[in-house]
Amino acid sequence: MLEIKDLHASIEDMQILKGLNLTVNPGEVHAIMGPNGSGKSTLASVLAGREDYEVTNGSISFMGEDLLEMEPDERALAGIFLAFQYPVELPGVSMSNFLKQAINAKREHLGQDPITAAEFMKLMKEKAELVHLNPDLKRRSVNEGFSGGEKKRNEIFQMALLEPQLAILDETDSGLDIDALRIVSDGVNQLRSADRGFVVITHYQRLLDYIVPDIVHVLLDGRIVRSGDKDLALQLEEKGYDWIKDDVLV
Amino acid sequence: MTTIESPHRVEDRISELYSMLDGHTLNGNSAALKNLRKKAIEAFAAQGLPTRKTEAWKYTPVEKKLSVDHTVYHENRPLPLSKEEAHAFLVPGIDAYLAVTVNGKYIAELSNIEGLPNGTVFTPIDQASGSLGDLLVSRLDTQSDSSKSPFVALNTAFLKDGLVLHVPAKVHVDKPIYVLHLFDTDAHTIVQPRMLCVAERESEVTLIEQYVSLNEASHFINVVSEWAVSQQATFKHYQIQDLNTASTAVFNQYAYQEQHSYFATHTSTLKGGLIRNNLEIVPDAEECESHLLGFLLGSGTMHVDNHTLVDHKKPNCFSNELYKNILDDQSTGVFNGKVFVHQDAQKINAYQSNKSITLTNKARMYSKPELEIYADDVRCSHGATTGQLDAEALFYLRSRGLSQKQARSILLKAFAHDVIDAIEFEPLRDYVDSRLLESL
Repeated sequence: MLEIKDLHASIEDMQILKGLNLTVNPGEVHAIMGPNGSGKSTLASVLAGREDYEVTNGSISFMGEDLLEMEPDERALAGIFLAFQYPVELPGVSMSNFLKQAINAKREHLGQDPITAAEFMKLMKEKAELVHLNPDLKRRSVNEGFSGGEKKRNEIFQMALLEPQLAILDETDSGLDIDALRIVSDGVNQLRSADRGFVVITHYQRLLDYIVPDIVHVLLDGRIVRSGDKDLALQLEEKGYDWIKDDVLV
Repeated sequence: MTTIESPHRVEDRISELYSMLDGHTLNGNSAALKNLRKKAIEAFAAQGLPTRKTEAWKYTPVEKKLSVDHTVYHENRPLPLSKEEAHAFLVPGIDAYLAVTVNGKYIAELSNIEGLPNGTVFTPIDQASGSLGDLLVSRLDTQSDSSKSPFVALNTAFLKDGLVLHVPAKVHVDKPIYVLHLFDTDAHTIVQPRMLCVAERESEVTLIEQYVSLNEASHFINVVSEWAVSQQATFKHYQIQDLNTASTAVFNQYAYQEQHSYFATHTSTLKGGLIRNNLEIVPDAEECESHLLGFLLGSGTMHVDNHTLVDHKKPNCFSNELYKNILDDQSTGVFNGKVFVHQDAQKINAYQSNKSITLTNKARMYSKPELEIYADDVRCSHGATTGQLDAEALFYLRSRGLSQKQARSILLKAFAHDVIDAIEFEPLRDYVDSRLLESL
């Protein structure tokens, strides 16, 4: 469903991605690991269409379409979902208003009628339970005054509501204690399905104990330098990134 | 008709118009009124119009908007519209006592103020009769002051069609009084609505005003409103400014508060050319509560200047000021908010906030909060921020499938929600909301 070829991307004239290749098939969970500054978050941003980044070379095809030609909202409607590393606080924007509009944007895209109030309530309740989100949060402003864990759970909650084809988790584990990590991972695992792909970006192996990946990639200096099964993550945990750096240089 | 030789200064032109009209169209029977007008024209001549060099008008070049070609509206044009057409401008769904003015003059056949409770008087000033009439005339220009403002002087000098509202003690006016001000003039015409409101002790009243241009002529609207809020009285005021883009409007509005009174004013500026709001609140007794709120939706080349003063003269008062501006296209916003706390005015809580969003690189905002505090035991704060829409917030919303337009609308609504939600009447709140959404 996702095919990235020779992707080069820069921000403010600084080259970050330098020829990245990645193919994700439906049902697969790919973990992207790498040290700080290797380009992990840049990859997430470029996939979701953040404007600050400039793609200087390469291509990204998603479900057969040229992703780079699409606006961020078009990508979302096509089925891409980015769980933010730093979810944005939106004071004055109520959760339910925001989510209703997002759901209806998707329904309109699919040629469906807007969601009814009753269906919406039911759906909110059902999906909130998935990530143990307090129903009261729905009445509050988006992410405003949420704890770090609540913000991350809110991302997975939105993912569950919007049912994307491809979910990108950008360091969803950062800043989570072990209980929150477990809740978030449980939520993600329940959303795994044969037709949904995941790209899980993380600095640490810990998350992958809970969200077990099919393939682990190591991102170094803007390129994927090694791919393997989940054991690769364990090796990285044990030996650190320098091990691969040395290996790659040799 | 006398022919006037073209003078060089606008001030001279105005004085000539005064001489021409005095004793004719500005007849009236009241010697007191005549005397007031005469003093006002003298005060006007003595002050002259503000210029770019006048500090209080630094960002607002009003002098360019008045020329020797201007005339003061004085004729009675035939009514430009039917009752039905006039009422089509009303914000739907507000149950109110309705008054319609055209070019500052109350038009009974377009209005319906029947049923005002218990001796409440709402009438053109020249029809206020007897001792109440005398009392009201004697109170004109006591909150405002012609000797301190050339625009108040200009309005007072030509005072003819003003309205007075008198709410007797302990009367609660059950529905808002809704005044629709319509403007239908030729180009270069000065129109001067005037209103005096007196809310006697323990009374309660809400006034809604809506200012609308009926044509695209370059009218110069010079409003003076005086609001006297007596002991323990509650006076709430909402206004919608919705004028044409060729117009200039100066609103001079003054509130005077007695002990334990509540006063609130809320201005939504939705459209216009150049608009200057001069708003002065004097809580002149203890335990007063004052609210000043404003929402500006700037578009095109609109220029809107909110110039406010809260003059705390006595202790134990609370004032809150909140102005929010959304500036699109090449519009300009100016905010100058002064809070003055006199030496004896201890235990004052005074808050002020002015927040603006500029949507383009050509939109401008000048914000100047001024706190002048001479008492030592007070709690005062002010905050002024101007910025653009948060790019990360926009991206977050769009990454959930919302279009650029939807995302902007959500963020702008969120930005303005507190000032719009402060409108207590749902139809009015929905109306302002809908105008915001339409503008996107």
